[in-house]
Amino acid sequence: MMPIGYYLFLSMALFLIGAIGVITRRNVIVVLMSIELILNAVNINLVAFSRVFGDVAGQVFALFIIADAAAEAAVGLGIIIAFFRNRETVLEDEMDLLKW
Amino acid sequence: MLDKAIFFFFAGVAILSAGLMVTRRNAIHSAVFLITTLLATAGIFLQLRAEFIFIAQIILYVGGIMVLFIFVIMLVRLDVALHQIQFSRQKWVALFVTLALAAEVGVMLWSSRKVPGQGFLLPNAVPAAKLLPNTEELAGRLFDGYLLPFEIASVLLLVAMVGAVVMAKKRT
Amino acid sequence: MHPNLHALLVFLQTWWVELVSGVVIVAVVPLIAGYLVLMERKLMADMQARLGPMRVGPHGLLQPIADAVKLLIKEDIIPDNADKLVFWLAPVVSMTAALTAMGAIAFGPTFQVARDINVGLLFVIGVSSLGLFGIVLGGWASNSHYSIMGALRSTAQLVSYETAAGLALVSGLLLAGTLNIRAIVDAQQHLGVWFVFLAPVAFFIYVVASIAETNRAPFDLPEAESELVAGYMTEYSGFRWALYFLGEYANMIVVGAVAATLFLGGWLRPFPNVRWMNWLDALPALSTAAVGVYCVWRAGKQPARVQTWFMWGVALACFAGALILGVPLLMAPLKFLVPGLHGAFWFLLKISAYIYLFMWLRFTLPRYRFDQLMHLGWYILIPLAIVNVLAVGVAMILETEYGWNRWLAMIATTIITLAAALFLMRLNDKREAAASSAAPPPEEASTEDSYAG
Repeated sequence: MMPIGYYLFLSMALFLIGAIGVITRRNVIVVLMSIELILNAVNINLVAFSRVFGDVAGQVFALFIIADAAAEAAVGLGIIIAFFRNRETVLEDEMDLLKW
Repeated sequence: MLDKAIFFFFAGVAILSAGLMVTRRNAIHSAVFLITTLLATAGIFLQLRAEFIFIAQIILYVGGIMVLFIFVIMLVRLDVALHQIQFSRQKWVALFVTLALAAEVGVMLWSSRKVPGQGFLLPNAVPAAKLLPNTEELAGRLFDGYLLPFEIASVLLLVAMVGAVVMAKKRT
Repeated sequence: MHPNLHALLVFLQTWWVELVSGVVIVAVVPLIAGYLVLMERKLMADMQARLGPMRVGPHGLLQPIADAVKLLIKEDIIPDNADKLVFWLAPVVSMTAALTAMGAIAFGPTFQVARDINVGLLFVIGVSSLGLFGIVLGGWASNSHYSIMGALRSTAQLVSYETAAGLALVSGLLLAGTLNIRAIVDAQQHLGVWFVFLAPVAFFIYVVASIAETNRAPFDLPEAESELVAGYMTEYSGFRWALYFLGEYANMIVVGAVAATLFLGGWLRPFPNVRWMNWLDALPALSTAAVGVYCVWRAGKQPARVQTWFMWGVALACFAGALILGVPLLMAPLKFLVPGLHGAFWFLLKISAYIYLFMWLRFTLPRYRFDQLMHLGWYILIPLAIVNVLAVGVAMILETEYGWNRWLAMIATTIITLAAALFLMRLNDKREAAASSAAPPPEEASTEDSYAG
């Protein structure tokens, strides 16, 4: 294993790239994919610390995050499909009405 | 030495694909680059000797969630979105804020590297020979101490499945 | 010496066996897949009372080489408006997933690329399921509606039957107690019986699910010619198509290897622990020698001289194989070779039997319609697999906590699972009867003949 700083740096870099994706992209599907990237960055962090301390609780947490990300992706994509069927757009600036 | 080479290879692929994913115009290309990022992350997990998380990442994330993404991207018509502006109007503000955050975290990590009395007081990593078999240990902890969150996670997945089906169904 | 060069040499010294095994797999498996195609054509011909490829090489044995050369020199056609990156990537992903999955399979107690990986069996299943990206991306990138429909149908089928296959494997893993491939086979040796005899319903579910996993008949609607031209492979020609096809046959080898490892005892001979069956150890050498004798006997009856020479060549190869398998048994200083060689022989024999079963089913059964296919996967196989997991778990608890005889517990729970299967099929029949009676009754045959002059 490398010194922990390398994994923290990698995790931070992926988190920030994901954050840039969430904030700057207009395509809602790419925003969802960037959220998945953020969750992955957190997973790397958890698993790296779990390895340092030899405690497997970090990996248990990472497993729950993966399950949670699956649920969230499914629901989010369902919402996108339902929205696209009504408004024919996937760009976030055009999703600006709560009811029409 | 081998450790270093493996880490830099997977980390390089992960960061490069993540950067490519966020900037592609075509959503399917973004999905393909996210797949490579997730596979590189799985490689990092394997290097950290978390074998079960490695394979859970491949089966669940790459084999499950990314297939879902690709299906939805195919259902949504891409050709209209392909010719629009891809980045929103607040991109420069976002970039500035993110880089400021990156600078803060980077300074913190870098300074803690040099000063032994402050910063991370982490012990050295447990030597690999003393690690117990990963799957057995993970299963022991999951079903022993974390059984309630496990059951709640399964209910959560059920709710998500039902919700996604209900939302994506056509109203007939 | 430069420290990096020294590190590289140390790396090669520690890992050369795995590297060589990996290179062997990547080099040999496409060739074997090509010869599997030839074997399928010959078997199909035999079951249809004809001869199959006979022209290229003696008895058609150079047919795969001719096919490979033809595919390589074909023009590389890319459809208009196809996404070039993804169009190039898709067959590569398909083939890579199948070959990487072979990395964790143990072809015998000594030949394994990824040794001692804790999650060995799950790795094989997980990585081979990445092949569906090759299908869905290939179908999308072709920019043609046959491709997209075939890709979506194929992906839906693969995902459904992957769940059923995984649950069937869980029953076997309950008996093994571990995911490590070597430990699974050791558990079978320890128990003295192949897991197929302890959990036969799980094996049956896995056979059916793996046929659907590899898109083989009777589940090959996504690539059937009369339905969707060639499904996701429609726009692929030349070497890209060859990669897809080789990926499919490599996937067949992978699922056969998983079934052989978990259910059929891996590299163990039949009755692995029974001492008075030790004469079975002589079977590999004897059977290879018997094939050689048969070739010698047929050599005299060949019509052409080149075919006689060819038969003699095959006979010599068989006798050489028999010597390699038999001599270490007899000579004491070479006895350490026996487990590796004989293990590999039994393992390859089991995979071949499994693939022969696949091909036999292809030539015999008609194709499933897509809705029938999905119904079979979700309504029948998955509930049955879940019931089977429960049954095997209950059997194991009966054996350890309540002291039942292992065979009694397993047979009792197998009967309960079969009862559940019968119940599911009765439900299915009732549903089909209700659906067909709800349809309007057929109209009276009209007296007007539309073909009449």
